[in-house]
Amino acid sequence: MSTTADHVEHADHDHGDHGDHAPEAHAHEHKPDSYYVKIALILAAITALETSTYWVDFGAFFLPTLLILMAIKFVMVASLFMHLRGDSKIFSYLFYSGLILAIGVYVAFLATFRFFAST
Amino acid sequence: MAMWMFLGSECLLFGGLISTYMLYRGRHPADLGPDQVFDIPFTSVSSFVLLMSSLTMVLAVSSAAQKDDRRTNLWLTVTALLGATFVGGQVYEFTSFYREGLGFTSSLFSSSFFTLTGFHGVHVTVGIIMLMALVGINKRGRIPGDKAEVVELVGLYWHFVDVVWIIIFTLVYLIPS
Repeated sequence: MSTTADHVEHADHDHGDHGDHAPEAHAHEHKPDSYYVKIALILAAITALETSTYWVDFGAFFLPTLLILMAIKFVMVASLFMHLRGDSKIFSYLFYSGLILAIGVYVAFLATFRFFAST
Repeated sequence: MAMWMFLGSECLLFGGLISTYMLYRGRHPADLGPDQVFDIPFTSVSSFVLLMSSLTMVLAVSSAAQKDDRRTNLWLTVTALLGATFVGGQVYEFTSFYREGLGFTSSLFSSSFFTLTGFHGVHVTVGIIMLMALVGINKRGRIPGDKAEVVELVGLYWHFVDVVWIIIFTLVYLIPS
């Protein structure tokens, strides 16, 4: 298996061969496979914890627990599997601006239904 | 850049669909709502399968970066198979809901639920087609330009459908109406 340093060198070499591609496209560091397997195991454990809320009564912590676990999984996949953490910041801005706009759409929907439902 | 702009716009699409579901999920007959029809253990297994397909996808990207065509094709094929398993589970779920009397037009809840999860299922199906097409053209050695970058772009799309399901699984299935 190649080392992380080899992967970085490999990525740099690719950019050298194909100068017509944006250098930020995959300028991130390629990790060894075991790194991704560890992340997947953590994600699987979080999913198991989420599913346990179906059988175990978390009381007042039920909703916050689920929302926090969902956010952790989302950020882990986006930043580590989609490599947002190592890529150009502009990709993060583009992706998360879409997400923030989507949340804005929900808030606007909710407000519309709440305030104008009786009219 | 274009791919990230596309994914940002997809966030808006699913944001609208999830918002609609959240607003209408309480609009259903007393005996045919989410609490009566959802099979959480089954959907949890489906979610796990899709989550693991993200792992195999990132392994395909990693293999492509190492210019290992055989492993790239192997992981892409495994990813497509896991995706097909997820879609198969969704078809089974939809069929069982329909047999229980929950049709597309049964209630506002069912319409918004089938639209949201159906749109997601179509996205996964498109992803499977992209993966298999990628395996086909990679075997023929016809991927233009930087092969690792092409695999990574398809990977971004695949991870996106996974993160959307992470949200759907929690908001739609796990949080009761």
